[in-house]
Amino acid sequence: MITFWFAILVLAWVLYFVLEGFDFGVGVLAPFLGRDEHERGAAIRTIGPFWDGNEVWLVAAIGVTFAAFPDWYAVLLSGLYLPMVGILLLLAVRGVALEFRGKHDSPSWRRRCEWLLSASSAGVVLLWGALLGVFTHGLALDANGTVTGHGISRSLSPLFTPAAGLGALAALIATILLGATFLSLRTTGPVRRRAVALARQAGNIGTVGLLLAGVATGSRLTLVAAVVSFIAGMLARQGREGAAFTATAIGVAGAVVAVFTTNGSVVLRSTLDPLWSLTRSSAAASPSALKVITVAGVLILPGVLAYQAWSYWVFRRRVASERVPS
Amino acid sequence: MDVLDLTRLQFAVVTVYHYLFVPLSICLSAAAAGLHLTWLFTRDERHLALTKFVGKLLIVTFAVGVVTGLVQEFQFGLGWSAFAKFYGDVFGPTLAVEGMLAFFLEATFLALWYFGWDRLPRRLHAATIVVVAVGTLLSAYIILAANSFMQNPVAYAMDPVTGRAHLTSFGELLTNEVVLAAFPHTMAGAAMAGGGLLLAIGVWRHAADPAFRTLARLGAWLMLIGGAMTAITGDHLGKVMTAVQPMKMAAAEALYETTTGAPFSVFALGTLGHDKPFLTVEIPRLLSFLGTGSFGGTVQGIDDLQAQYVAQYGPGNYIPMIPVAFWTFRLMIGAGVAGMALAAYYLWASSLRRRFRIPLLPAFLQMGAGVPTWIKRILLLSPLLPAAANTFGWVFTETARQPWLAFGISKVSDGISPGLTSAEVLLSLGGFTLVYGLLAIAWYKLVVHLSRQALFPEISEKSPVEPAPAY
Ligand code: HDD
Ligand code: HEM
Ligand code: HEM
Repeated sequence: MITFWFAILVLAWVLYFVLEGFDFGVGVLAPFLGRDEHERGAAIRTIGPFWDGNEVWLVAAIGVTFAAFPDWYAVLLSGLYLPMVGILLLLAVRGVALEFRGKHDSPSWRRRCEWLLSASSAGVVLLWGALLGVFTHGLALDANGTVTGHGISRSLSPLFTPAAGLGALAALIATILLGATFLSLRTTGPVRRRAVALARQAGNIGTVGLLLAGVATGSRLTLVAAVVSFIAGMLARQGREGAAFTATAIGVAGAVVAVFTTNGSVVLRSTLDPLWSLTRSSAAASPSALKVITVAGVLILPGVLAYQAWSYWVFRRRVASERVPS
Repeated sequence: MDVLDLTRLQFAVVTVYHYLFVPLSICLSAAAAGLHLTWLFTRDERHLALTKFVGKLLIVTFAVGVVTGLVQEFQFGLGWSAFAKFYGDVFGPTLAVEGMLAFFLEATFLALWYFGWDRLPRRLHAATIVVVAVGTLLSAYIILAANSFMQNPVAYAMDPVTGRAHLTSFGELLTNEVVLAAFPHTMAGAAMAGGGLLLAIGVWRHAADPAFRTLARLGAWLMLIGGAMTAITGDHLGKVMTAVQPMKMAAAEALYETTTGAPFSVFALGTLGHDKPFLTVEIPRLLSFLGTGSFGGTVQGIDDLQAQYVAQYGPGNYIPMIPVAFWTFRLMIGAGVAGMALAAYYLWASSLRRRFRIPLLPAFLQMGAGVPTWIKRILLLSPLLPAAANTFGWVFTETARQPWLAFGISKVSDGISPGLTSAEVLLSLGGFTLVYGLLAIAWYKLVVHLSRQALFPEISEKSPVEPAPAY
């Protein structure tokens, strides 16, 4: 049962990072790939119907963590207090900028929303990437499973580690690749052309950057990420947009699975003493709670997947970014 | 302030803020669904235009609800991780089920509705907004069930080894008598909240387009009926509360001695301490009726309850902040009554019928007399009254639970995250205040802009469906 819920949890995180990953990417890139208001609107329109449904996967991941592994939820969030608050604030700005942009006619309002969207998306991605790095590395848990420390450095210091830096870098590259390949799949006209070009470049630069970082730190995961980036860039060069997007998505999914399984049954390492690490079984909820969410999950999640897939199907049409002369 | 107080303050600020938008989403999604179905039925273009307008209000409000709700989902781990560990078994499943059952539904179907005008068959399309409305009710119910556990813990057993609460029955958790009473009450409050917004917009824009009159009257009815329902359901909630948390009712009344046939004081000037306030306006025996259902019933006083709790739970102070409890309870009711009065006046004065005149009354109080400008100005404030009532209601509910986190089983001071520093909470509180403040300003500007823009087609003119919504 514990393993089952661990698997569901990893699935929720994978879906979250892949799905919201491309809408983060679109958010970051929209002001750069769209030369005028209309084109930027078209780029943002590609994620308009999806971003909220995607973001609920985060609610699900956190909710399931709380339900199945309450101690993990407690330590992760309180131990990484400020980075998590940062993510929440940036997500708040992002969601609202995205949703509010098109509802006002004023060009300056739209412009401001676009930049807020782009900057907050980039910020969230960097923070999530860094945190994924921290998840593999662990936190300074004491014997009670508490992260102690002084002032704001208590929860900010884990961000200033090599693992966090690598994570942030890889996440930014992956997001740009996901966003560019997604836009190339979902738009027509100038935005599509620029997205294809960007995917190619991002693939190259990403490969080099990740390769260097991987060699410098000896992180095998980062080297694998470099290979994925290379493949995605190559596929984009060949004009195989769908394949490039799929390759990047698989790469992101693989990275997330790797992050959550790299420490075996330890879900959160203690950097002070391995004995103080949090393991799956020590963090798990009681059998009765697990039973409730199992029944609920089995009944509800297949339906969720089905209607979300349906909504992607309903809005499958490409968004035109060329201006129709009026 | 120490880290505990700061964390409490932050929880209060962030949650109250979420709850300013949530009731609007609940009400507006139901209103949009109702208008949409009406349009399907009547095929009156004006109903279609109104549906779309309310839909826009809904989507901008929903966005704020979503991003602030996400913060809620994390809050228990951020600031209250000891509480999260202690009650993870009870709370976790509730939040997980809420996310899986309600939030996916709302988010996905709202997008299908908003963007689906030209993509989905008509009836299926209308069904999507109904799903959204049902989704908001589901999420409200489930989260209220979680909150009700804190007011009246049920369906749990204490693990003797770990000292933690274990869920024993999810069904029982969902049928806590407190949630059964609180859900109708909060939904009535939500109807008032959305009604107030529609009323104000309708009154403001009436001169530009007569179709806004429909909106204003819809809003006024929602406010009036919602208001009446809050009173009926609130009375019932009060009885349940008196039974499970007698200290709360005693604190709400600043009633120190156990009293039979206790009066309800509408107003009091003084310290609310043991001495009699120097000025009160009391309604005899009403408190006994509110709390017990009988005018001669006995209401327990603060002093007796304190002594009883000391005997039961050990030494300590079990008395919540009396003035806060006393005044928030009255302000909740007062703001609700004021809102109902405004709505009733509007319905009366703006009625198109002029059946009878009441002698001696000034002209503006006659039925169908039209609303004078100075009252219109007051009506513009109608969204604030239900918002205030909702906020006061929650502040009362949550502060008068003190010092308990979950009534009778754990205290607030035991719930905070160990290790958390004041500097961290100060920084995050500043961040939330800043970002939430800006969100509120942007939301307000957008609602004003959308209302100013909206114009409804003439009934005769068959307007084509609006172009697809822009992003
Ligand atoms: C428009 C909003 C509104 C209005 C007009 C009222 N209420 Fe209310 N009330 C709420 C909105 C609200 C609320 C915000 O929704 C609360 C907070 C917690 C809850 O369950 O509902 C609440 C809580 C609440 C509680 C506390 C429940 C608890 O602590 O467990 C009681 C006893 C009442 N109400 C009673 C009343 C009465 C007798 C009212 C009028 C005659 C009334 N309320 C009007
Ligand atoms: C529905 C689920 C809710 C849960 C589980 C919940 C839980 C909590 C917790 C853990 C605290 C901090 C401890 C404390 O100070 O008592 C708290 C405080 C508070 N909550 Fe709630 N709450 C919920 C809903 C709400 C809502 C909707 C509001 C208002 C709109 C609200 C208003 C407050 C306030 C004002 C405080 C501060 C009380 C104080 O510190 O004295 N709560 N709540
Ligand atoms: C303190 C506990 C609470 C938590 C953890 C919480 C969590 C959330 C989350 C995560 C969302 C976003 C859903 C999405 O992404 O679509 C949300 C929205 C919502 N919440 Fe809350 N919430 C809390 C309090 C409340 C209360 C007390 C109510 C109602 C009585 C409520 C009703 C809603 C509704 C109806 C929505 C959807 C509409 C909207 O987004 O405005 N919530 N909540």
